[in-house]
Amino acid sequence: MTTSTGSMTGGLAAGFHDPVHDAQGVFRDVLRAMSRPGEVRETAVQIDPPAPLNIAGAAVCLALLDFETPLWIDGGGRDADGAASFLTFHTGAPRATGPAQADFVLVADGRILPAFDTFRQGTDEAPEGSATLIVQVADLAAASPDAAGAWRLDGPGIDGTVGLHVSGLPDGIADDLARNADRFPRGIDLILCAGRRIAALPRTTRVEG
Amino acid sequence: MARSSNSQAPGGTTGSDGRAEWMGLLARASEAELEAAWRALVPDQPAMAYDVLRAPQQGLTMVRGRAGGDGQAFNLGEMTVTRCSVGLADGTVGHGYVAGRSARHAELAALFDALLQTDTWADRVMACVIAPLRASRAMARARTAAKTAATKVEFFTLVREQSADSE
Amino acid sequence: MYVAVKGGEKAIDNAHALLAEERRGDVGVPELTLDQIKQQMGLAVDRVMGEGSLYDPDLAALAIKQAQGDLVEAVFLLRAFRTTLPRLAVTTPVDTAAMTVRRRISATFKDLPGGQVLGPTYDYTHRLLDFALAAGAPAPPAPEGDPAVMADAMPRVTDILAYQDLIEPEAGDTDGEGKVADLTREPLAFPAGRDLRLQNLARADEGFLLALGYSTQRGYGRSHPFAGEIRMGEVAVEIVPEELGFAIEIGDITVTECQMINQFAGSATEPPQFTRGYGLMFGRSERKAMSMALVDRSLRARELGEEIEAPAQDEEFVLYHSDNVEAQGFVQHLKLPHYVDFQSELVLVRALRREAAARRSEAAE
Repeated sequence: MTTSTGSMTGGLAAGFHDPVHDAQGVFRDVLRAMSRPGEVRETAVQIDPPAPLNIAGAAVCLALLDFETPLWIDGGGRDADGAASFLTFHTGAPRATGPAQADFVLVADGRILPAFDTFRQGTDEAPEGSATLIVQVADLAAASPDAAGAWRLDGPGIDGTVGLHVSGLPDGIADDLARNADRFPRGIDLILCAGRRIAALPRTTRVEG
Repeated sequence: MARSSNSQAPGGTTGSDGRAEWMGLLARASEAELEAAWRALVPDQPAMAYDVLRAPQQGLTMVRGRAGGDGQAFNLGEMTVTRCSVGLADGTVGHGYVAGRSARHAELAALFDALLQTDTWADRVMACVIAPLRASRAMARARTAAKTAATKVEFFTLVREQSADSE
Repeated sequence: MYVAVKGGEKAIDNAHALLAEERRGDVGVPELTLDQIKQQMGLAVDRVMGEGSLYDPDLAALAIKQAQGDLVEAVFLLRAFRTTLPRLAVTTPVDTAAMTVRRRISATFKDLPGGQVLGPTYDYTHRLLDFALAAGAPAPPAPEGDPAVMADAMPRVTDILAYQDLIEPEAGDTDGEGKVADLTREPLAFPAGRDLRLQNLARADEGFLLALGYSTQRGYGRSHPFAGEIRMGEVAVEIVPEELGFAIEIGDITVTECQMINQFAGSATEPPQFTRGYGLMFGRSERKAMSMALVDRSLRARELGEEIEAPAQDEEFVLYHSDNVEAQGFVQHLKLPHYVDFQSELVLVRALRREAAARRSEAAE
């Protein structure tokens, strides 16, 4: 009798190898990324998620979702049923009936990110009722604020300004992010995921393209 | 909907009813019973490999009731539950959902659930694990019923002597 | 003047060590095992599971041991533990009609189908201390009857009355399946639906509910109750995992159910008929299930168009004060340092006294 953590059996990929500690580790990464916007974290977890999920995107979902957080998946034109059953199987998160009903939104391809007002913005009384977007992008890198093509970020959690280089989001997204910050305390929070890398843009962060 | 514990006679169930019944019996068995059954079943077999698809996880399920027994649903309170899913080498997936907090109990329940779905193992596991669990559950229920039955009230109605006109 | 107070850590550590020693008691006496508590203190375990709102006899036994038998403290421990666990599922509503019955009595019909089954009850004991038990006398095995007797159908008494249209029908789910109020997720809001009230009452302090139930019988919100039926036994707990798509049973739980039948004179729209109060509890807890049913009925005053004049009919009063974890926390928080608050009151009282004294001397002059 031997046990192992295989990649695929019966169409169901394995999730975290050590659910408690892996989830805590990823949660720690997300917490750090949220409290230090622009900082790029690299998750150490070993998972092999089904397409179109990347490692960081899948890890963040496995760590944050549960039975009581409706999830909307925007497959970006690709079949996301496999990813959906993987996430539902491991987290129990129900599929939201529409983007406006979701607590979490997984955007498989950041290049075709839907307009932010598609999602819940929270209210002034209950800003926590807004959606958190987990957006998979092509690349993420910390940069100097003055570097060509990098965003300049400032706001809570940032000492002065920092730079962040993101590829794989629509052109003009920086303007949408600036408008999102203007809605404070309402607005959405974004977690960007590329490969194993995680960065966050909470609604408090001001973005200049 | 399967109500194996309450309305089905032991034995003779098929389809998802059969699976629901064995999953119910595996959930109600003790960890020690399943461990012993596993050890008895496997030694003479080639090493059996299985993947843990969803590692044992302890959690809660909210137990619901209904007002008046059949009215509006309400949340009665939570109970602990542990779940686990395993996959066999041939791709068969087994699930275990058991009341309580035993990780090993959930894993063994998932493993037996998987084996019961395979042609190679189904008959043996049914005969060596499920049938004894079913029998011991039926016996325990009969014992409880017998002791409960002894406390059923037999009312003695005092019948007055028939009146004079019937003599 | 504000003086920052810090310290006491050593004293706190030592107090905990002293508590642990006192909990253990005389080491010459064998230590209690959790199995002993589960087996021989079963009703305490049931109460802790009910008010802790968490069905797990092992955890409840541990909480009782840790709390030295202080059941409210044990309830608190269980409530704290449950916050560490994720919710994995919601069950389909338990079917009490399909209960494996161990006790079933009715105070309204002597010869009801299925009969009166006493089960393990304290009801007919003489409440005389049993010194044989103190001496460790073994319990003789309970006699056995014909198990087939228990296979007879046991319809709910309320179903029998409903068949004759003499009792109000139960309303179905008002919000449709899946929308059930949950006070572990959202704070209490008023007016509270019956689902929220029943959840609150099911985890309420037994003493509080007992006193409120008693008050309704003594004239504070009279509802003329009859114990239509009380049943206790095991029900199957069933969930429908997403990946399976069919219902499976994860185990059995012991529950106690009480159907209270109450008089109702009728209203402009409703004919005179009986109304219902409902109690359902984890474990064997008939006293609380009955109290819950009485209070459930009282809290239906608004819905039935009755005047709200007694404490048991006032949902804000009942629901806000029923939880012993909240209640003990707020009462006991008075032990925490209030040095500064009190200082300011002291200053105020002294100032008022000076003013009063000044006024008196002015008046005397």
